[in-house]
Amino acid sequence: MNPYLRHLRALLWKEFLVEARSRESVMAGAVFALLVLVVFNFALDLHTDNAAAVAPGVLWVTVTFAGVLSLGRAFAREPDRKTLDGVLLAPVDRSALYLAKVTATVAAMFAVEVVALPAFVALFGLSVDLPRITLALLLGTIGFAGVGTLCAAMAAHARAREVMLPLILFPLQVPVVLATVKSTAAAIRVPGAEVVETSNWTGLLIAFSVLFLGLSLVLFDHAIEEA
Amino acid sequence: MNPLLRTATYALSADGLGARYAGQTSSAPALHDVSLHVAPGERVLLLGPNGAGKSTLLRVFAGLMRATTGQASIHGLPIRQARRLVGVVGHTTYLYDELTARENLQFYGDLYSVDGLRSRVEEMLERVGLRGLGDVPVARMSRGQQQRVSIARAILHDPKVLLLDEPETGLDLAAFGLLEELACEGDRSVLLTTHNVAAGLRLGSRVVVLDCGRIAYQQDTVSLDDGHALAARLHSLAATVAEAAAA
Repeated sequence: MNPYLRHLRALLWKEFLVEARSRESVMAGAVFALLVLVVFNFALDLHTDNAAAVAPGVLWVTVTFAGVLSLGRAFAREPDRKTLDGVLLAPVDRSALYLAKVTATVAAMFAVEVVALPAFVALFGLSVDLPRITLALLLGTIGFAGVGTLCAAMAAHARAREVMLPLILFPLQVPVVLATVKSTAAAIRVPGAEVVETSNWTGLLIAFSVLFLGLSLVLFDHAIEEA
Repeated sequence: MNPLLRTATYALSADGLGARYAGQTSSAPALHDVSLHVAPGERVLLLGPNGAGKSTLLRVFAGLMRATTGQASIHGLPIRQARRLVGVVGHTTYLYDELTARENLQFYGDLYSVDGLRSRVEEMLERVGLRGLGDVPVARMSRGQQQRVSIARAILHDPKVLLLDEPETGLDLAAFGLLEELACEGDRSVLLTTHNVAAGLRLGSRVVVLDCGRIAYQQDTVSLDDGHALAARLHSLAATVAEAAAA
């Protein structure tokens, strides 16, 4: 097997095995997402005239907050135990490490979304176009995890990394979150409301996700190396 | 074999090496103008007080930290291209708590592209005396057992150079003896820092003393018999440093 693929396979296998046994990222993210949705359900009173505008924002605030939690846990445990140094000692292309981290984060966030989406639909009494919302969630999650992994790597060596991560991440995420919220709006069906046409936003979301993934892939090597 | 590796004179080479941690002042770098050459098969003991730069020097050779000045190479290769040639045992184990000893070794073996990995993992578990504990998660092992797995991890890919940064953490005498045995195998070069000076003198064939990021003293072919002379030299050095600091 090609050494790069062997390294990538080993890193992915380790990520999934560690998460399967610790359940830190998915469990924390899922519980947090459900709590946020419940709080929003009490705080907001959705009507036909505001649901289409507000509901996608509610869903993505929930997903991004839960995502930061998952991302923080997934990366924070590495420097805590110095296991990141162990991996960096090895002759592994840093892009393989980045791709493994992004894939693991996307999988963890998608697992959280699988729990959060039915709760969101049930609590707010909405119906969704499942294929379209799945596409919006998947693209948005890839864009989020792409930049998020880079930011988590930058924050990993910082003393107050729990604070640093959202401070670095959220400003960079604005284009992705904006395009994702608009794309999600097209997938939410509110009885009596017009269907929003957002194909341009979906195209923009794909462009942002690809661009951010590419840039992060290049910059990750510099971000992960200490000093 | 890489031609550079075959013709390289030194296993480890540092010329005018300087290193600084983020936020560290330029007047007191972690390493300053360190030149050190270790021949293939040579074992060098690094001594010095806390903050002398011992671990920093090992981190630079391990590729975990970039030198700000000077050059470092391993068997003639730049550090980043020589990772396959280096094994590191530190006071941290670099092991994943959630994985078993066997899974940790398989993971690291894949990262080092070890051939015949399955049998090599079993061989290493046998050598460090943990064959029966291969399927136990690392989190449930004692500190000494974890350090034995860490030794197996470092030796798994048969490195030409071994960097040992206070490896005695958690190890009993027998386990330290095992580490000495593994370190001396073949023409493996060793750079070692330890608080156990007696064991270090037994393993090392040369002593290098670092102080304030500089090489303050070095002596070839040290044996335990030279221990008293070395201790006196170190004592005098410490007194000189204390006087300089007071002045």
